[in-house]
Amino acid sequence: MAEPDTEQNPVDQTPEALIPTVVADELHIVYRVHGAKTGKGSATAALSRIVKRGEERGVRKVHAVRGVSFVAYRGEAVGLIGSNGSGKSTLLRAIAGLLPAESGRVYTNGQPSLLGVNAALMNDLTGERNVILGGLAMGMSREQVRERYQEIVDFSGINEKGDFITLPMRTYSSGMAARLRFSIAAAKDHDVLMIDEALATGDRKFQVRSEQRIRELRKSAGTVFLVSHNNKSIRDTCDRVLWLERGELRMDGPTEEVLKEYEKFTGK
Amino acid sequence: MSETTHDGGVAVSPRPSPDEGLTAPQLAAKYGLTVSGARPGLVDYVRQLWGRRHFILAFSQAKLTAQYSQAKLGQLWQVATPLLNAAVYFFIFGVILKASRGMSRDVYIPFLVTGVFVFTFTQSSIMAGVRAISGNLGLVRALHFPRASLPISFALQQLQQLLFSMTVLFVIVIGFGSYPSLSWLLILPILLLQFLFNTGLALIVARMGAKTPDLAQLMPFILRTWMYTSGVMFSISKMMEGRSEVFIRFLQVNPAAIYMDLMRFALIDGYGSSNLPPHVWAIATFWAVVLFAGGFVYFWQAEERYGRG
Repeated sequence: MAEPDTEQNPVDQTPEALIPTVVADELHIVYRVHGAKTGKGSATAALSRIVKRGEERGVRKVHAVRGVSFVAYRGEAVGLIGSNGSGKSTLLRAIAGLLPAESGRVYTNGQPSLLGVNAALMNDLTGERNVILGGLAMGMSREQVRERYQEIVDFSGINEKGDFITLPMRTYSSGMAARLRFSIAAAKDHDVLMIDEALATGDRKFQVRSEQRIRELRKSAGTVFLVSHNNKSIRDTCDRVLWLERGELRMDGPTEEVLKEYEKFTGK
Repeated sequence: MSETTHDGGVAVSPRPSPDEGLTAPQLAAKYGLTVSGARPGLVDYVRQLWGRRHFILAFSQAKLTAQYSQAKLGQLWQVATPLLNAAVYFFIFGVILKASRGMSRDVYIPFLVTGVFVFTFTQSSIMAGVRAISGNLGLVRALHFPRASLPISFALQQLQQLLFSMTVLFVIVIGFGSYPSLSWLLILPILLLQFLFNTGLALIVARMGAKTPDLAQLMPFILRTWMYTSGVMFSISKMMEGRSEVFIRFLQVNPAAIYMDLMRFALIDGYGSSNLPPHVWAIATFWAVVLFAGGFVYFWQAEERYGRG
């Protein structure tokens, strides 16, 4: 409603037609870190921890998300803000069902997906094979990958300066690799889409192109979550913002309202 | 945190809704939402896995290629590595220790090399399985796919690795006077059974390794013990001559020994069926089916918990 530039956003729905797509219910996420227990890190210390009976030996718990509840609706673009380490990315992963919850639950409509395939790609393989591998890893069929292949390569612009797609990815500059990764990730349409600071990759020309692609993805996606430290891109994209601080939901409301408080908080 | 004037209250989304007052589970039920990251039923799980078969294959091939892509000789190492392995074992057990025990040279060398390759197939599948989840947490935390794809993919990678080794093996076997015959066709069912067995084991250790990554440190010792008791470098029946029948049979039904002996029987002319324990095919099938089915269910039972660090 606050967005003039996105007519495609189905905000014309009456409040009665609000359809929830993501419901988080008292969500807690705890990371367990091995070998980071405070105290002596020597082998004998580790041994004594094993011998001594304790509840969980040598494991440090990090409570990353503490009791977050919210409901997101179809057609909404929700921004997630908060300082570093406040639990934004963790929350996204939990919504996507990629991180098991300690307690509480997330209910979703269909399968939410994170925008990003970095983890599936291999630096020692050619760009060409990475496009195929990444597409398959995101759950595209072989035919879909074949269909989209040229589109992905063209979008990345990797071949603008010569035949680079047949070289191993480790030979790419960091910008080129980032462009290819984004192009692969953005090739698939999603029900509930989550974007983790993926907006600013590559040179200016590519940034414009990728922002355009994200707008298209938003159009086809039911609900979009965006994690970013860039308040401008949050303002441009989102109509609602969740503010996380130390794993707790500090504020939840319309973009302007929350950002005003957040900017006051960060002293901007 | 200098600024504490903020009231810290959570502003609830101001949208009016007819669903006011519903609890989260009720709301979810009303709109047909499902729990994110919940474990699918076994049948659904198999279906999802089948849908990912192209990914599993592509991932295994990618890993295989990536392995030697920085080496100057490149993919030649796929063949050179097993060859060097065979040479080392031959030098130690054939030349220095003379473990052949009454086997002629023409039988012993193919016997040894077959044993090394077949055992390495199981061994490396297990080692890859232990780290299948714990070593790929980034992937598990970023993308959705049935997690069994990973251990299966690693086992498949080892199968392809073995196929390279098999070409080396064929050359060695023929070089020592055992020529291709009908019995070579038995290689296919043997490989299939051993692959199922390995995959089952990889699934089991993948779940254990996801919970306790220390297993990766422990595993080499377990595997080495297993190797030395499986008769990789010596014939169990000849080495244990004079021991009780029960003891020899006990060593022989060991799945690693079973698959090795079957492969030797198929390939080597001078290695007759007298070297095989009774009901060898039934035992080979039993190990494959039980381990694969059991391992698959065991892995699936923890599906929703993979990815926790």
